[in-house]
Amino acid sequence: MVLQAIVDRIPPPVASIDDPFKALVFDSNFDHYRGVVANIAVFGGQVKKGNKIVLAHLGKTFEVNELGLLRPHEHPTQKLCAGQVGYIVAGMKDVKEAQIGDTLYLQDQPVETLPGFKPAKAMVFAGMYPMDQTEYPALRNAIERLTLNDSSVTVQRDSSVALGAGWRLGFLGLLHMEVFNQRLEQEHNASVIVTAPTVPYKAVLSSPKLIKEHGSEVITIVNPAQFPEKSVVSEYLEPMVLGTIITPDTYTGKIMTLSLKRRGIQKNMVYIDEQRVMMKYLFPLNEIVVDFYDNLKSLSSGYASFDYENADYQAADLIKMNFLINGEPVEELITIVHRDHAYNTGKAMCERLKESIPRQMFEVAVQAAIGSKIIARETIKAYKKNVLAKCYGGDITRKMKLLRRQAEGKKKLRRIGCVEVPKDAFINVLKRKD
Amino acid sequence: MIGHTLHAGRRALYPGLRYFSETPCGEIIEDVLERTDYPRVTKQASLYVHWPYCLRRCSYCNFNKYIPKDNNDHVMTECLQRETETLLQLSQVSCITSVFFGGGTPSLAHPSTIAAVLETVSRRAYLSDKAEVTLEVNPTPAGKTKLEDFCRAGVNRFSIGVQSLKDEDLKILGRDHSPHQALQTVDEARRLCPGRVSVDVMFGRPNQSVESWENELSELLTVCDDHVSLYQLTLERGTQLFKQVRGGEVTMPAEDVTAEMYQCARRTLQQHGFLQYEVSNFARQNAVSHHNRSYWKGGQYIGVGPGAHGRFVPLGEGGVLREARTQTLEPDVWIREVQQRGHATRRRIQLSHLELLEEVLVMGMRMTQGINPKHWESFSPHLGLHEVFGTSSDVQELIRSGQLILDDRGLRCSWDGLALLDSMLPALLVELQRQMSQRDDRADGRTKRSSDPQ
Repeated sequence: MVLQAIVDRIPPPVASIDDPFKALVFDSNFDHYRGVVANIAVFGGQVKKGNKIVLAHLGKTFEVNELGLLRPHEHPTQKLCAGQVGYIVAGMKDVKEAQIGDTLYLQDQPVETLPGFKPAKAMVFAGMYPMDQTEYPALRNAIERLTLNDSSVTVQRDSSVALGAGWRLGFLGLLHMEVFNQRLEQEHNASVIVTAPTVPYKAVLSSPKLIKEHGSEVITIVNPAQFPEKSVVSEYLEPMVLGTIITPDTYTGKIMTLSLKRRGIQKNMVYIDEQRVMMKYLFPLNEIVVDFYDNLKSLSSGYASFDYENADYQAADLIKMNFLINGEPVEELITIVHRDHAYNTGKAMCERLKESIPRQMFEVAVQAAIGSKIIARETIKAYKKNVLAKCYGGDITRKMKLLRRQAEGKKKLRRIGCVEVPKDAFINVLKRKD
Repeated sequence: MIGHTLHAGRRALYPGLRYFSETPCGEIIEDVLERTDYPRVTKQASLYVHWPYCLRRCSYCNFNKYIPKDNNDHVMTECLQRETETLLQLSQVSCITSVFFGGGTPSLAHPSTIAAVLETVSRRAYLSDKAEVTLEVNPTPAGKTKLEDFCRAGVNRFSIGVQSLKDEDLKILGRDHSPHQALQTVDEARRLCPGRVSVDVMFGRPNQSVESWENELSELLTVCDDHVSLYQLTLERGTQLFKQVRGGEVTMPAEDVTAEMYQCARRTLQQHGFLQYEVSNFARQNAVSHHNRSYWKGGQYIGVGPGAHGRFVPLGEGGVLREARTQTLEPDVWIREVQQRGHATRRRIQLSHLELLEEVLVMGMRMTQGINPKHWESFSPHLGLHEVFGTSSDVQELIRSGQLILDDRGLRCSWDGLALLDSMLPALLVELQRQMSQRDDRADGRTKRSSDPQ
């Protein structure tokens, strides 16, 4: 029905076959055997197999090997015409040769380039480090291969005192990050330590020495461990977004409460029809990135919608919160948080850490600290008994299987002081839930 | 793992046997190790015989047991004999060191069944008069009257499933006897086999408190013989008790409570002169279970009967690796298979040298005496106990915190450590795996990595 309505009501593309060939690259993948497969929308003219085409951005020429439509699977054809959307394979070896937003034209008929896309802006950053520095090259290859097909992930090298050399990757959202991590594990067999998802905060430095060091008064803090102390900063800034929420008016109250809790400031509220309200809120980005959307949906039984666009940075009362496991600070968990949320966030994370860390043979204390002040704590009880004392009639196969599995799991555990922690404990911990 | 198995198969890696090892270049080297116990290990075994029938199913039990529809005793007996014979031949053991009749309810079998099986054993292997022959007994009056006949049939040790001395608890457990009947059965057993009666008790039962458990134990200690097995009631999926707990009809004691029950039982038994020799087993006057102890010491065992488990080298087929074997579970199917081909082995898995050592480690550490260097050496002549565990930082840490002891007597848990054994075993396994793989690398030199699928 929807497809039919689209066919009936949406006007056809305005394009002419008689114009010179002009197409927009809106996506590209890498195929092991064929090279780069670019998805294109043809805005003018036509293109055939064998034609020589040029990609505007790099100015390189390629010959079309194969092209066709997507139905949704590839359906090869002899040509693509103005108004059609399909794919093209032209011997390109690198996705960078077929940039999203790039314009295609025939070799002897250059055209004005189409206004391209704005590159997707990374909204959530997370550090990714190999479990062990010996695995660094393998992880590097895995990240390279994954980002081949996902050009929306931004990659930056980073390093940490605790974890060694790694990367800070930027994702479009938390789900994007989770999927990426899962793919790293499953498809590339990489075991990764993922650190706190953060947003790019800024700090206005007040120390002349630091300003000189960084080359500018305002710096962007992408790694929470690099958060400069209050003493050298005149102002912290956080990225803001202008969020648009559309909801049936029965949920307005609950949504306003949720938004207020997330430090949202209402900018606008209008009725767009009898029953639906559109609200515009200015939110700090970090309040949105983790689970705002999930909460909004469950509050409104799925009826509310949410969209946002970047707004400017604003001053914020930010502090750095550390987490300690039996007194050992855990760098990956360092969280930058607004002062108003510090206690709740600290307590919640301690509770989640408690659930994620298996019991040990001794008591484990999990603490949240601001500076030297402990603001929250949870305790994980020691095992008093952990031995199979049941009558098992001679078959130890099941027990051996379990023990071997635990031994394998042990190899993947991280040691924080004396405490053994599963490496994905932190990624679970870092999701905030109201 | 696969790499190891291939290696072991190719190199006939078990020590002690005279073997020819082929280097990757194809040379043949004769290798003889004399100063080990391994030849003895494969020449003897203990025998486990499973009688699968019960009159009722206890609410917590997930063992391989069946309520018989017809009387299959005669055919079952014949098949037990047949399978015993076949497997004895297959294992080529010359000596059976002990026999254990378990189940099900072996005390439901006719004493002549016991006699028949023992006789079959004696025909095929050496079974000393002094060898321990244990029968599990369900302490109903019917069971009690048969004890004397069992003795005459060759049983010289009884293991009595008392479980609890509280009537209400016995009902929740689905048992078909009263505490009084159980005590009477113990009495009779002690009369017939003094000093050779074991009592099974369960802790961590629904509605149990540490106090009531302590009282119960005290009562038990006034009447029991010289061996006690303490088992923790464990909820198993598919049992009636599991469903009842999940449905909220029955509540189990909290984890801390059962931990305390275990510890106080250990202390109480110790105070009454019992020596704890294994996680769940306590003995006075050295009345240990030889059969079970040979399991924990990594000895071979042959499992006969539906669902029985075995661990032995099928020398009769030219085998060189120990196999983990399971017999067909369902009695009717088992009977058919035994009739057709002499035995009903449903599954056989070869254990690589590493896997064998892993089992020796896990089982051995359950004993309070742990693993002594000589015992380890009989399974691992090329890699000594101290070599494996002496340099591990994890082990050092456990020693430092008082859970493990490693000295010239070997590797064992401390009193506290034993209760936390399963927390320590993964670390020990990791260390063993690491040392074995390093040793393989050294032994193989350059060719290992290129051929190993890992």
